[in-house]
Amino acid sequence: MARRNRAPKFKRNRNPVTWLLRHAQMSLSSLGRLSRSPISTAMTAAVIGIALALPSGLHLLVDNVSELSSTWDGSASISLFLGEGVNDENADSVRRQVALRADVAETRLINREQALDEFRRLSGFGEAIELLDHNPLPAVVLVRPQDSIQGADAVAALAQELQSYREIELAQVDLQWVERLGAITGTIERAVFILAILLAGAVLLIVGNTIRLDIQNRHNEIEIVKLVGGTDAFIRRPFLYEGVWYGLLGAAIGLLLVLSSLFLLDGPVQRLAGLYESDFALAVVDPVSLLGVLFGGPLLGLAGAWLAVGRHLAQIQPE
Amino acid sequence: MIRFDHVAKRYATGHEGLSGVDLHLAPGEMVFLTGHSGAGKSTLLKLIGLLERATRGQIWVNGRNLNKLKSREIPYHRREVGMIFQDHRLLHDRTVFDNIALPLVVAGMGHAEVKRRVRAALDKVSLLKKEKVFPITLSGGEQQRVGIARALVSKPPVLLADEPTGNLDPELSREIMELFLQFNQVGVTLVIATHDVELVNSLGKRIVNLRDGRVDADSRGPD
Repeated sequence: MARRNRAPKFKRNRNPVTWLLRHAQMSLSSLGRLSRSPISTAMTAAVIGIALALPSGLHLLVDNVSELSSTWDGSASISLFLGEGVNDENADSVRRQVALRADVAETRLINREQALDEFRRLSGFGEAIELLDHNPLPAVVLVRPQDSIQGADAVAALAQELQSYREIELAQVDLQWVERLGAITGTIERAVFILAILLAGAVLLIVGNTIRLDIQNRHNEIEIVKLVGGTDAFIRRPFLYEGVWYGLLGAAIGLLLVLSSLFLLDGPVQRLAGLYESDFALAVVDPVSLLGVLFGGPLLGLAGAWLAVGRHLAQIQPE
Repeated sequence: MIRFDHVAKRYATGHEGLSGVDLHLAPGEMVFLTGHSGAGKSTLLKLIGLLERATRGQIWVNGRNLNKLKSREIPYHRREVGMIFQDHRLLHDRTVFDNIALPLVVAGMGHAEVKRRVRAALDKVSLLKKEKVFPITLSGGEQQRVGIARALVSKPPVLLADEPTGNLDPELSREIMELFLQFNQVGVTLVIATHDVELVNSLGKRIVNLRDGRVDADSRGPD
């Protein structure tokens, strides 16, 4: 019996239904274990939540700003300031002249009276203006170039041409600040990306450390399970589920934080947009980021748990 | 069933647990290991349960050469070798039922079958009424019986016991030994380390005495 050439194969249970049932049971019992220490679970999940909310919230904000600047990008306009001596009728004929050009899509005249009205309303210097005996503001023709005029250089060239009109004192391209805004949002986007990676690393470490402590606390149990023939996979499983649950709870808290921040920001943003005569409103969380957080959280939790389990379970051997 | 060929075990500390042991146990045999503490009784049991690996020699258990088992196969090997310890090694945050069910649960057995088997094991050690209590509320003898029920619930062909009566009074010790004799009668191979020589002598089973990591005397004589 002892010296047989081929050792008998070990029996293994490969019934998929039992296997699935065992997984379901294990995941629920892991959740149950977490719920038995609600305060420490909530604190760990909250830390994960904040770590997930920070980059996703910032991403949302940057998204909104670039959304805003892109709607302005397309209509990089040119403001034509007319000379002081140009009266309203002449101003309108200048507008019509400019409007006839093939490279101009749209024009709008703001005559001197309208310019003054607007200035009074928006600048807050209304009373100072009243002291002047005449209207110091020139008439302005707003020009939107054809869509074929793309890029800052082409628009600048058009402005240069328009400047050669006798009645036009200054042709100003309202593009520079849009470009600057674009550059700023680009920088911030990159910073948010770096922040997201750092915080993802932080989530890994938080979950990993929590699981490591849990493994230490259950040292005795792990030893006994190994003694009675528990495989590494069997021993690993509850800890991995625990990581997933931490990640999922953290993701839920993170989303809650982002949504409540949006709610709190909505009022001030409306007011700000009102001041700029814009009907801009903060976008709600897009489905991509939503799914990203809801899946990314548990995935990070799983990865963190895996790191801890891989390092520490092998060290526990029964004696 | 179990065979040792020139087996030696040297620990990382340099201590020699076993130095050249030859031993052969037939299927269904019951053997007592005696000897002073440090003579190698525990080391021998640990080698059979693969809690330790031999440094020299070959060990066969149940037709398998243990030297050739990979680490990931160890759990499956342990399912065929029930182990009983002096300190019981029970989980104190789980009921008696859950403790005994553990070997079946890790083997992936279905719920109904687990229930049936655990009840049968509890019945064998006369603890049917205690399935819902926690081990801490039981006496030392009862805790040891829970440990025994856990070792036999998966019906392993080999049972190992390391000083199973170490902390028990003579009467309880005899009860535990009676249990082992019953298991042996249904064909289980048992290896029991003990220094209760008086009790062991009265049972009329094979006795292997170890001294300094070697077989010093074998009541059945050399192979």
